[in-house]
Amino acid sequence: MAEIVKIRKGLNIKLKGEAEKVYVDVPISDTVAIKPPDFTGIRTKLVCKVGDEVKAGTPLFVDKDNEKVIFTAPVSGEVVEIIRGEKRKILEIRILADKEITYEPFKQADPNNLSRDEIIEWMLKSGTWPLIRQRPFEIVANPDEKPKAIFISAFNSAPLAADNDFILHGHGEEFQIGLNAVAKLSGGKVHLNVNAGVTTSKVFTNATGVQINKISGPHPAGNVGVQIHHIDPVNKGDIVWHLSPQDVLMIGRLFKEGKYDASRVVALTGSEVNKTRYHKTFIGSSIKNMIADNIKGNKVRYISGNVLTGTRIDADGYLGYYDTQITVIPEGDEPSFMGWLAPGLDKFSLSRTFFSWLTPTREYSLNSNMNGEPRAYVVTGQYEQVLPMDIHPVHLLKSIMIGDIERMENLGIYEVAEEDFALCEYVCTSKVEVQELIREGLDTVKREC
Amino acid sequence: MQFLRDILDKARPNFEKGGKLEKFLPAFDAMETFMFVPGHAAQRGSHIRDGIDMKRTMITVVLAMIPCLLFGIWNAGHQHYLALGQFLNAGDGMAEKILFGMGKVLPIVIVAYGAGLTVEFIAAIIRKEQVNEGFLVSGMLIPLIMPVDVPLWMVAVATIFAVIIGKEVFGGTGMNIMNPALTARAFLFFAYPTKMSGDKVWVNTGTETGEAVVDAYSGETPLSQAIESGNNVTTVTGDPLSFMDMFLGFMPGSVGETSTLACLIGGLILLVTGIGSWRIMLSVFVGGAVMAMIFNAVAVNPFMEVDAQTQLVMGGFAFGAVFMATDPVTAAQTNTGKYIYGFLIGLFAIMIRVFNPAYPEGMMLAILFLNVMAPLIDHYVIQANIKRRLNRVKAA
Repeated sequence: MAEIVKIRKGLNIKLKGEAEKVYVDVPISDTVAIKPPDFTGIRTKLVCKVGDEVKAGTPLFVDKDNEKVIFTAPVSGEVVEIIRGEKRKILEIRILADKEITYEPFKQADPNNLSRDEIIEWMLKSGTWPLIRQRPFEIVANPDEKPKAIFISAFNSAPLAADNDFILHGHGEEFQIGLNAVAKLSGGKVHLNVNAGVTTSKVFTNATGVQINKISGPHPAGNVGVQIHHIDPVNKGDIVWHLSPQDVLMIGRLFKEGKYDASRVVALTGSEVNKTRYHKTFIGSSIKNMIADNIKGNKVRYISGNVLTGTRIDADGYLGYYDTQITVIPEGDEPSFMGWLAPGLDKFSLSRTFFSWLTPTREYSLNSNMNGEPRAYVVTGQYEQVLPMDIHPVHLLKSIMIGDIERMENLGIYEVAEEDFALCEYVCTSKVEVQELIREGLDTVKREC
Repeated sequence: MQFLRDILDKARPNFEKGGKLEKFLPAFDAMETFMFVPGHAAQRGSHIRDGIDMKRTMITVVLAMIPCLLFGIWNAGHQHYLALGQFLNAGDGMAEKILFGMGKVLPIVIVAYGAGLTVEFIAAIIRKEQVNEGFLVSGMLIPLIMPVDVPLWMVAVATIFAVIIGKEVFGGTGMNIMNPALTARAFLFFAYPTKMSGDKVWVNTGTETGEAVVDAYSGETPLSQAIESGNNVTTVTGDPLSFMDMFLGFMPGSVGETSTLACLIGGLILLVTGIGSWRIMLSVFVGGAVMAMIFNAVAVNPFMEVDAQTQLVMGGFAFGAVFMATDPVTAAQTNTGKYIYGFLIGLFAIMIRVFNPAYPEGMMLAILFLNVMAPLIDHYVIQANIKRRLNRVKAA
C-alpha cells in the first residue's frame, strides 16, 4: 500500500546557482579526507597511523563503543596527516590518493542469497555500514539492533540540492542490488519515497521489494524525518534506519563487484560559482580542483552540503561523508546602513515585510549575514509554518533549554533531527540557533536514557 | 555612510571592557545596531538567514499604526471643533483640525516614547543586555489608547509603571505576561478613573475668547450612550451617529481607536506582511459578533439590542483586535490556542461592555484577562498533542 503524503507547510528558498545537469570533466583532487565529526555519536579509535599504505576499504578508525563499526578509506594511497583539534579530538584523516585505486577484496554475492547477518558483516567490514543512520538521535545505526522500518528519500528538497534522478540515471541494477541488501536488514518495510509528479527516473519507480510512497510539497518534504513522521512515526523505543539513494548505490556496488567503491556524484552549486555542474568524485575528496578558476567573488563561503544544514569548509577543504552537494555563497560580514529599514528587494523572507515578496519567481543570491541579532522569543507561529510535523517546535525547544527530558520525550524529541528544524532556524526573527539546540536535546536524551 | 561608520568605530573602544564608558555599552550597541545592521555572519547552523529581524518586525507594526495615528490627530481636532460648533462637516477646516490635533497628540507620543525608552535603556544597562526593540511598538500603542485630554505627567507615570511592572520585572521583552500598553491604560483607568472615563475626557473643549461650547454638547462616547439608548447613539452635538460614521471613526474616544477603517488598514498591513496573526484577529471579531448576536436574541436592556456590526465598530474593539490581542508575546502561542484565545477575547469584551456599565471599555479588560489565561489555553493544546503522541503508541 503506497502512501501519498501532501506536505503543505515548508518553504522553498530560491537561490541562484542550481547545478546544470551536465557532468564536468575536472581531474579528481589527489587528497581525500575522512572527518570523524561527520559521524554523530561515534567515539573515534584510530587503527591507522601516518605513513600507512591503505587500499579502498582498509580500516582507518573504529567506534570505541562498538568496535564492529569500522570506518574505512574511500581510496587507496598513503595516510599523510591526522589533524587534531581541542583535547586531541581527531578532525580529519588525510590520504594522498594513488593514481590507480586498488581495492580490498570483499564478498561478491547476490544479497538475496545472503542472510541478514552476512550482509551486516560485509557492510561492516567494507565500511559501508556508517552510511546507514538511525532515528531517534540521527546517529550511525547500531548493527546489533533491528529497525521497525528503513526509509530512503529518493529526492532532496533542500535549496540547490543535487537531483537524484539525474545522478542515478543508468544505475538501476546496482541500485536494486543495494535495495535487496537493505531490505534484508529491516524488521519491517523499506520505504522508498519519491517526489510525486517530479521523480520520473525508472530507477526509483521500477524498484522492487520496497514500498514506494509519493510525497509532494515544499522543502522539507524531501527530509527523511518529515517522511517518517507522516508514514511510520518514531515512538519512544522505536528505531528507524534511513539512507540516501547514492548510499544504496554504494552498497549495491559492494555486493555486485566485491569492493568498496566510494565514488560519489556531487553537485557544485551556489551563486558564486561560474560553472555549476555535477562532478564525479569520491567521498571525502578535496574540493580544490572543482573550484579552481570557477569562483566569482573574492569573499565567499564554501559549504559541504546545502546552505541550511551544511558544514563550512575551507577552499581546500573536503567533502563531508554524507554530502552530495557543495554550495558556495557570498560571505556577509559587512554592516549595512539602516538595513532594517530598506525596501529589501534583494532580501528573501518568509514574511512579506520586504518588497521582494512582489517578485515571487526571482532567484536570490543570499549571503551568510545573520540579518539581525539574537533576541528573546517574541514572534510566534513562524516555526509552525515551516515545520510540517505535528510537533510544537517552540515548546520543544524551550524544554531543551531547561533540560526537561520527560517533556522533550512528550513533545516528540525522538522524531526530530537538526535538519528538520533547519528552516525554523532560517526563518527565526529572534535568530535563535535552533539546530544546535536540537542536537543538545538529542544528546541529553541519548545520554540519560 | 562611511563617515558614520568611522565615528562609531572610533567611539567603540570607549564602551568596551576597560573603556571609560563601559557601563553604557548596551546604550551604545542600541544606537549602533539602529544605524547599521551588524556584519555578523552566521557561524553555526544554517548559513543563510531570513532577512527579517526584530527591528523590521517592530517597525512594520509601527507603520501599521500610522493610519490610526493620522486619523486620531485629525479626529482630535474634528471633535474639538464640533464641540465649538465650527467646521461641522468632516471635510471642512482640514488644516485647523490637523494642526489642533497635532498639538494635542504629538506631545503624548513624545512623552510615551521618552519615558519608556529611558526605562528600557536603564534596564538594559543594569542587566548588561542589549536594548530590545519591543518598546518601539508599545511607545506608539500607549498614545493611541489614551483620551486626548490626558495630562502628560499621567502618560509618563503610566508608561514607566507599565514598562517596569508590566515587562521588565518579568525579564524584558518576550517574557512579559500582560500587554505593556494595556497595562499602562489599566493603571490609569483604575488609578485616575476621572481622567480615563466618563464624558469629560474624550473631547478637548478648551475655548478661546469668542468661542463657546455648543448648547447640545455631550462628550459621551457611543459606548456609554448605548447603555441608555441602545442603537440610537449621537454625535457630540446631538445629531444621530450612523453606522458608517462610527466605522469611519467620526466619534469621541481614545486617540487612535475610533476609526475601524484605519484599524482595518493597519490590520491589512499586519496580515499581508505576515506579522499579525490572522487566526487571532479573525477569531476576536467572530467571538464579538457571536456574543452580540446572542445578546440581540435575548435582549433585556438597550445595550443588548445593539447590532453586532455596531458593537464591533464601537469603542476600542477593532483597535484591540488588530493591535492588542495579536501581541505575540502575551497571546496564546499555539495555532489552535490562538483561535480559542481570540474568540474568548471577543466574547468577553462584549459581555463586559454590556453587563458592566462601570467599565464601558470591555476590550481592555477582556484582553488583559485572556493574556493571563493564554498560558493555560496553550497548556491544554499541548497536552492534547502529547496525548495524540501517546495514543499512537497504543494504536500500534
